[in-house]
Amino acid sequence: MQIDYIGSLPLIVIWLALGAIGIVIQAFVRDNTRLVFGYYVATLGLTGLAAIVLSGHKGASFGGMITLGGYANYFDALFCGAGIMALLAARPYLQKEESEVDEFYTMLVSSVAGMMLMAHASNLVVLFVGIELMSISFYVMAGFFRTSTKSVEAALKYFLLGCFATGFLVYGMSLIYGGTGSLAYGDIARTVVTQQLTYPTLFVVGTTLLVIGLSFKIAAFPFHQWAPDVYEGAPTAVTAFMSTAGKAAAFSAFVAVFVALLPAGWTSEIAQNQQIVIAVIAAATMLLGNITAVVQSNVKRMLAYSSVAHAGYMLMGILAGPSLGTDGMNGHHAIVFYATSYLFMQMGAFVVVGILERRDGGFLNIDDYAGLHHRHPVLAALMAVFMFSLAGIPPFAGFFGKYMLFAAAIERGFTWLAIVGVVSSVISAWFYLGLIVKMYFQDAKDSGHEAPAGLAGFTLAVSVVGVVFFGLFPQLLINIFRSW
Amino acid sequence: MLHTYVPFMVMILIGIIFGASNILLAEFLGPKKSTRAKLSTYESGMEPVKSARERFSVKFYLVAMMFILFDIEIIFMYPWAVQFKELGMYGFTAMILFMILLFSGYIYVIKKGALRWD
Repeated sequence: MQIDYIGSLPLIVIWLALGAIGIVIQAFVRDNTRLVFGYYVATLGLTGLAAIVLSGHKGASFGGMITLGGYANYFDALFCGAGIMALLAARPYLQKEESEVDEFYTMLVSSVAGMMLMAHASNLVVLFVGIELMSISFYVMAGFFRTSTKSVEAALKYFLLGCFATGFLVYGMSLIYGGTGSLAYGDIARTVVTQQLTYPTLFVVGTTLLVIGLSFKIAAFPFHQWAPDVYEGAPTAVTAFMSTAGKAAAFSAFVAVFVALLPAGWTSEIAQNQQIVIAVIAAATMLLGNITAVVQSNVKRMLAYSSVAHAGYMLMGILAGPSLGTDGMNGHHAIVFYATSYLFMQMGAFVVVGILERRDGGFLNIDDYAGLHHRHPVLAALMAVFMFSLAGIPPFAGFFGKYMLFAAAIERGFTWLAIVGVVSSVISAWFYLGLIVKMYFQDAKDSGHEAPAGLAGFTLAVSVVGVVFFGLFPQLLINIFRSW
Repeated sequence: MLHTYVPFMVMILIGIIFGASNILLAEFLGPKKSTRAKLSTYESGMEPVKSARERFSVKFYLVAMMFILFDIEIIFMYPWAVQFKELGMYGFTAMILFMILLFSGYIYVIKKGALRWD
């Protein structure tokens, strides 16, 4: 068995720190959430650092089950960063809700471990283990407020629908195995390229089922119904994490799987049928997400529907695929860029919502935000930046992400899809800018309440810096992508 | 290649016919003399007391979960033990690591008092 111990260091660090050391610390330390919190922040920091340092260390490990370097390490660093941001935002939030338990931090870090596995996977079984590790942690975290009916409902809904989607996913994998005779990405790609499929039908059906399973995880159109309820019911700190990092992880897997399943791009006959299906899913997701978000009165629900729409934008990158020439817009790079910028802006928005949320679960309606800039000028300004970025207004990162996705789609001849994207962006401006109008140009009905940010201030600072920085210097990230 | 499945089809068909015919025959031919004793929950067992829909302690689930964990450990260990020589040092370290992870979880469970029964 060939194992690259150095290259696998990020994975080994997080596994041992979580499974062997963290658990034992928690067993012996009672009611010391500060220690456990600090320990996990340090763990994620160390893991992320290892991933960044080793990003040039390419290769395979664990008998070819896992790829190392470049793409996977970029996502490692992204997930660890998102994990730290979520931990910092979660601690003051949980303290406010008086339900801080150190197990919460364990679940969060274990979901990060699952995401890292998804990005590193080069075998469908490893991908499955990663998805499950992430999802099961999310199910637990969604229901973390045990006494809140909404939270429990969210957890149960997420769990049941998630299990159903997992069924599709695994069945798809088994059919792909039946069609190609292998579960390793490399072998699948080789079989498809040389057209040695034993049963092409099995492969096509398997791919479709796999796409369905992954579409559930990214909350794309026909499989999005869980997202609003779960995002609304789950504790806001959890929503902030799972709607951003969870989606980025699902897309990291989506891209890697598609490189394996369609190694020749969208040229083959099998691929072209799939392409139409995904194009329709993307268009429907964008439109439905944004139109439904317009009529929402709850901020969390509005952001949930907008996150559905953003999944639709990112699906355009899957359609475009990797660039054929060197100058062309690379659809997969566009996805990674968008996932990165989306992580900052969406997490920032949810963290603001979490800070403003009252202990009794109030202050979640859009109307509550009226006149917010009088009472909380900083929070209102930050929220405005995140809303501008989500709406895709320059010079924020969301604009360049959208630009890259649309440009990639047009380059591949999906002009109609780009038009749908632009139209739905315009629709989305209605509610994103509507919130800003509420905050700045309407009078407050509410007398207001104290909303200390605490540690969540760091998360907000990082988010806003990310949104502005990657909006001004998108080339820095693109240069990293080009080096893979 | 499909003809290899014909025996399965025949078997499934026979199964359906057998099951359906038994139910239907019993329904049409069987005499229906229901008495109080026949309709009780346990016909020749004890008298049922209280409702069955009761909440019971989460401890039962914890023990059941722990049981499954260690059950799975055995499932992993058995093939390793059979192939011990062939897997060599790599298999040995992997197994030790696996057991350390499981054991640290076990310490956690005990320290949290999940197995205390009162």
